[in-house]
Amino acid sequence: MGTRNYKRKTSHSEHGPGDGGRTGSWRVERPVFDRSLCIPCKRNKESCFICWLFCPEIVISRTIPPTVNLEYCKGCGICAEECPTKAITMVDEAQFSEEDKD
Amino acid sequence: MHIIENGNVAAALGVKLCRANVIAAYPITPQTPLTERLSEYVEAGEMKAEYIPVESEHSALAVCIAASSAGTRVSTATSANGLLYMHEQVQWAAGARLPIVMCVVNRAVGAPWNIWNDQQDSISQRDTGWIQMYCADHQQIIDTVIKAYWLAEKVSIPIMVCYDGYILSHTYMPFDVPDQEQVDAFLPPFRPDYALNPEDPANLNTVTLPDVRMDVHGELAHGYMEIRYLLQEEMRTTLAVAAEAEKRFTEIFGRGGDPYIEPYRCDDAEYVAVGLGSLTYQLRVCVDALRKEGINVGVMGVRFYRPFPDEAIANALKGKKGVIVFEKALSYGYEGALASDLKSALYEHLAYTGALPVVQNFIVGIGGRDIRTEELTQNLKAATQHRVSKEPAWIGLKL
Ligand code: SF4
Ligand code: SF4
Repeated sequence: MGTRNYKRKTSHSEHGPGDGGRTGSWRVERPVFDRSLCIPCKRNKESCFICWLFCPEIVISRTIPPTVNLEYCKGCGICAEECPTKAITMVDEAQFSEEDKD
Repeated sequence: MHIIENGNVAAALGVKLCRANVIAAYPITPQTPLTERLSEYVEAGEMKAEYIPVESEHSALAVCIAASSAGTRVSTATSANGLLYMHEQVQWAAGARLPIVMCVVNRAVGAPWNIWNDQQDSISQRDTGWIQMYCADHQQIIDTVIKAYWLAEKVSIPIMVCYDGYILSHTYMPFDVPDQEQVDAFLPPFRPDYALNPEDPANLNTVTLPDVRMDVHGELAHGYMEIRYLLQEEMRTTLAVAAEAEKRFTEIFGRGGDPYIEPYRCDDAEYVAVGLGSLTYQLRVCVDALRKEGINVGVMGVRFYRPFPDEAIANALKGKKGVIVFEKALSYGYEGALASDLKSALYEHLAYTGALPVVQNFIVGIGGRDIRTEELTQNLKAATQHRVSKEPAWIGLKL
């Protein structure tokens, strides 16, 4: 089925995950979380979540531990850059098996 | 009410009657008196509009794009290098499907610097996805502006209303200014499907991937290619909507005609001159003179250039021996763009008849070079007698 009956004639995106397309398909590096360094994991209570705040794709959950929706994580590394405890490492996608990639 | 005024004022009055709410324009000769007049209307309270002064044409159209996205009827105008400076935003407005109406007061483009009339500016914007309408006199300018707003909003495609600099913009002619009630009856308030709204936020025209995508509601949304295809498809169906616009206009204002072409003494003509804008009215004088000599010639103005009314043009030229295309612009490296488009229409619609008219292309009035009626007549006559040249022939060239 195509887009013939789609309600708009233009590119029109609304607030929500993935309205810019499957941005996860661009990713060359994946954020991997080290729970032993992540503040909310260590304290087992809601705190920090700087990664959640900074992620431009809004794909990090505000949960313990924080999780990433890899369908849309574009691998920009902003979360790793901003994490105050260096709990996030960007790892080459080649390190993951085909199964892991999906 | 009949008045005697110049072409820029005719355009300004049209914009005023259409109740544009946001005006953003940067002055450039020969468009300047049009934007000055609009700013005076706003200043005097005669128009309930925001006049937004900008530092460039690029910004002028950017303001119009934003205001139109917010659901406002907008107006801008430019000429020559001002239009070229807008080029990026020109394409944007079309892809964003915003019904902006822009007057293009035709002027030669630099280099070298030249402020006089030809049509290289608007013709060079042919492939941007805008509708282009050409005017031959002051009445057509005001009427076309009014029709343009209705049509643009109906099909969600921006429109350039083109008229010749000086020849029309600065000369005075009598024309009828419609009543506000008539225009209000013709043109309803602008109500777009979506207008920017903080309560219902959206990102418009952001990065759109090559392939289709699921939107946040789980519906399959267009990719770039579908959006561009729809622009082409709806540009083509705009031809039928333009006929509807002309019919409505004629009912309300009591004047109108063929929405696409304006033929003069063409019915029994063996040869037909074709052109855009005021040149076609000058060619009527040549046609009358040649008719007196017994040469069966007519002239046809093309009012709609994009979308190209290929079928209407081919039908009007069916059975003619020759078509002589006079142009104030060309596609450098080949020939006049109108001549190419016209040949393509003839081939498409008449090749099966086995009788294609011969096409001769003349280039005239580049950079405001005087177009002498006698010279036009002699060249038109020559083209009815023999093949003048394969390459476009430049009239009035002193090389
Ligand atoms: S920014 Fe670092 S420490 Fe803070 S929640 Fe995210 S991963 Fe944990
Ligand atoms: S910040 Fe970048 S790398 Fe980190 S989760 Fe968000 S998209 Fe992925």
